Amino acid sequence: MLKQQQNSKAGSLPDEAGHFGDFGGKFVAETLMQPLRELEEAYAACKADPEFQQILNADLQHYVGRPSPLYLAERLTQQVGGAAIYLKREDLNHTGAHKINNTVGQALVAARMGKKRIIAETGAGQHGVATATVAARLGLECVVYMGSEDIQRQSLNVYRMRLLGATVVSVESGSKTLKDAMNEAMRDWVANVDNTFYIIGTVAGPHPYPMMVRDFQIVIGEESRQQMLKQHGGLPDSVVACVGGGSNAIGMFHAFLEDQQVEIFGVEAGGDGVDTGRHAAPLCAGRPGVLHGNRTYLMQDDNGQIIETHSISAGLDYPGVGPEHSWLKESGRVGYVNITDDQAMAAFHQLTLTEGIMPALESSHAMAYGVELAASMSADQAVLICLSGRGDKDVHTVAALQGIEV
Amino acid sequence: MSGQRKRIAECFHRLQAEGKTALITFVTAGDPDLDTSEQLMYELVEAGADILELGVPFSDPMADGPVIQQANERALAHNVSLANVMELVARFRTQDQQTPVVLMGYLNPIERMGYEEFASAAQNAGVDGVLTVDMPVEESGNYRATLSKVGLDTVFLVAPTSGPDRSQMIADASSGFLYYVSVKGVTGGIKADFSQVRETVEGLKALGGAPVGVGFGISSPEDAAIVAAFSDAVVVGSAIIKQLESAPGQAGIRAAADLVGQLRTAMDAAVGV
Ligand SMILES: Cc1ncc(COP(=O)(O)O)c(C=O)c1O
Repeated sequence: MLKQQQNSKAGSLPDEAGHFGDFGGKFVAETLMQPLRELEEAYAACKADPEFQQILNADLQHYVGRPSPLYLAERLTQQVGGAAIYLKREDLNHTGAHKINNTVGQALVAARMGKKRIIAETGAGQHGVATATVAARLGLECVVYMGSEDIQRQSLNVYRMRLLGATVVSVESGSKTLKDAMNEAMRDWVANVDNTFYIIGTVAGPHPYPMMVRDFQIVIGEESRQQMLKQHGGLPDSVVACVGGGSNAIGMFHAFLEDQQVEIFGVEAGGDGVDTGRHAAPLCAGRPGVLHGNRTYLMQDDNGQIIETHSISAGLDYPGVGPEHSWLKESGRVGYVNITDDQAMAAFHQLTLTEGIMPALESSHAMAYGVELAASMSADQAVLICLSGRGDKDVHTVAALQGIEV
Repeated sequence: MSGQRKRIAECFHRLQAEGKTALITFVTAGDPDLDTSEQLMYELVEAGADILELGVPFSDPMADGPVIQQANERALAHNVSLANVMELVARFRTQDQQTPVVLMGYLNPIERMGYEEFASAAQNAGVDGVLTVDMPVEESGNYRATLSKVGLDTVFLVAPTSGPDRSQMIADASSGFLYYVSVKGVTGGIKADFSQVRETVEGLKALGGAPVGVGFGISSPEDAAIVAAFSDAVVVGSAIIKQLESAPGQAGIRAAADLVGQLRTAMDAAVGV
């Protein structure tokens, strides 16, 4: 009952044309307009089909391993000495992050549409791995675009994708990171639109992607809400998630948007610090514009050129953000903050040492802010943090920072 | 502004009277620098270009293949901006008041400047039309109203995927000309299937909109001749830029102009003028 209500609220935006207030929409070359229309129709049919939902739920349960646990981090809570810290364990999903919730869903849509070839962009490689995984399972050809800079930073995930039978294409244009990988995936899609399904990895891109990816990630918050009620005996006082493109965050936030007593925070990558200009925090320090098919907050210069971003975590190193987050910022419902590389690293080590849980560097941003928040709160309060992924993929980066070669 | 010359319409009228098909050339403004672009604009006209399309450099040219991507990167290496491109057009206009100039680019630089400011700056500079690749008709209400108020033409793309309903809507929204993207893909990619293109273009011409130009899949004088026989305009971009970058300085400009001369000759022969 409860679930249904939330779904209908979640469904009220975007409007028909994919707008969240001034944000979102469909800003693509004409060649993609009709394919996007077809995708909208196919997705609407899937969404309305109980059989599709049944298959999806079964996959989430038996293949992904849902529901993912809600974990009360007692030692960390004690160490911090404030609110109880609950972690939503998306790191325990198959392939190690929340990304698989979305790829399982989109792959089912692709199969329904009869597409034989899957393409994706990836930054940290988690979405690439999650896409290669579902493509392997369905026997579909898979091509993943990845910036050459990210290929260096995330070599383990590159190899995982190759083991899964995917072709990883190194993108050398522009800043050689996630945004350029997305450009290249779009170019591929334009050229191969008849047989190819583009699985976008976050709540960005043209309509219907921000809506569709959100719908596939909403499970994070819905489970968390029920788990909090059951395990904690009430709703959390604050909810925290990291924001790259914003898919784990939107998935976590949606179930709590109507609970006005719950404070919600999205944590962007502050890099070297927002005042240095070397960061990836468009909601904190960017301006609205149009990129990758939607209107949203962007990191851009005075001439409207997209500027290079910096974050220690490849998965947050993106100059845009999903349009629904831009809308949630303007509406004031969600507070957007940022955490620097150094703060995220400290949180990585803290969680690893106190709880034996190694978070992804992306998730470490949420941890850092969540812990800071908990410290300022009282013992009868609770903070819910989305632990979006595990840190195995980042061990090389962490070691290199410590001057160690592994 | 009222009373502004409609250079694009004038151009198509004149060519129609002469029995010619328009040759539209595309180069990226500021590639490799703005002085080269200015000289190139005169040379392209001299070699037979009827309408000049100027690419506005953008950091993320999603609809472009490697040739135009790199042209964008060369221009951005010294920060060529939308404002610079309009200064370039203003300089060109001191020498040439006849040849239409169309800006082609992506939406974000225009959003950053603001539609109103962009429209008046473009109009003052002597720009005639604007083609914004990632602005579909559905999102374009405000944009079209603002640009057409100052007399700027708004060119839109039609694609092989558009289908009859969208094609009609796009034809209704386009002014100056209607641009048929002859391949599914990015600029400078695969060659178009010209018999297919012919059929589609004939359909588009029957929609009662602006003249129909064809581009994206045309690189050689032979291609241009085939398409000139059934379209109102032929657009060539990547092939010209390839010539421009084939040699440094004046030699590159010469090579680009030579190709345009060959395109002109082949197109005129194909329509029997
Ligand atoms: C573990 C993890 N968390 C978060 C992100 C950021 O993506 P999003 O903001 O879409 O959740 C990524 C992206 O790669 C990731 O791998």
